[in-house]
Amino acid sequence: MNERFITLIERYFDEQLSAVEKEEFESLLQNNKELQKEFEEQKQIKEVLKKMSLKNPSRDIWDGYWLGIYNKIERGLSWIAIFVGALIFFGYVSFEAVNAFINSTHTPPLVKTGIGILFFGVLVLIFSLIREKIFTSKHDKYKDIQR
Amino acid sequence: MKSNEANVPNISQRKKREFELYVKKNMKRGYFSALGILGSHDAAMDISQEAFIRAYKNFNHFDSNKNFFTWFYKILRNLCLNFIRDNKNRKEDVIFENIISPVSNSLQQATEEKELIQLLHESINSLSTEDREVIILKEFEGYSYKEISEMLNLPVGTVMSRLYYARKKLATKMKLVTE
Repeated sequence: MNERFITLIERYFDEQLSAVEKEEFESLLQNNKELQKEFEEQKQIKEVLKKMSLKNPSRDIWDGYWLGIYNKIERGLSWIAIFVGALIFFGYVSFEAVNAFINSTHTPPLVKTGIGILFFGVLVLIFSLIREKIFTSKHDKYKDIQR
Repeated sequence: MKSNEANVPNISQRKKREFELYVKKNMKRGYFSALGILGSHDAAMDISQEAFIRAYKNFNHFDSNKNFFTWFYKILRNLCLNFIRDNKNRKEDVIFENIISPVSNSLQQATEEKELIQLLHESINSLSTEDREVIILKEFEGYSYKEISEMLNLPVGTVMSRLYYARKKLATKMKLVTE
């Protein structure tokens, strides 16, 4: 379709045509039956659309809309506070527990060494799994393909 | 709803109140724009609220000399498109509710008009997301070509032509069903 005709028809619907453009538009319609048909079709669909609107939700929904957003933002902040607090608390507890374990006179050195190695193994395993996961997600060419 | 736990920058009380005003002024437009793209009330409500939360987190980057809704729409649009993509990946079809109603109540009574609404609903939903989006923005929401071009980052001419062809497709789809 002629780009100029599209511009003119859209400007016509928006009542933005200047006198010169109006003349040009009318002349295009008069001299071309195909464009006339296009214009009628566009006009008809515009008429149908003009009669319709998008369904409006009830007033209660609008009344609670901002509150919903506010609550979500507030809860987001709460989660951050909980996370930071938990991190500090468990960090401190873990530090104290490890300290007490190392300084304990009741636990034999062999058990201490064994538990130390066990924890070291677990840490290495977790680190390795995380690294593999990151590497796979970065280099997997087919990650967006639906399986 | 995901990602609400993300860091919220410390913006001043004045800015918070300003943001609240922006939300109240633009919530309906945001919801209806999302509804047009997603075709579901619940999804539109969820995604439009999530978009406002994202906008709040980035509110410090918003230039108050510019149009809020144009800036906000880009966030909203990205979230809507991500939602559609994620649903496709999960092989879950978005169920399109009938989101259209007649402007005048008297129209609803006529069976013929009810059929027309249903037909229009089906035809709009069969359009591509891009075509449906321009139809909703222009024909239902009444934005100007310039506003739409700013929202979609497209030249005005492209918006006009996309709208023209979207209407044409709509007309064809409606005729195909009736013929």
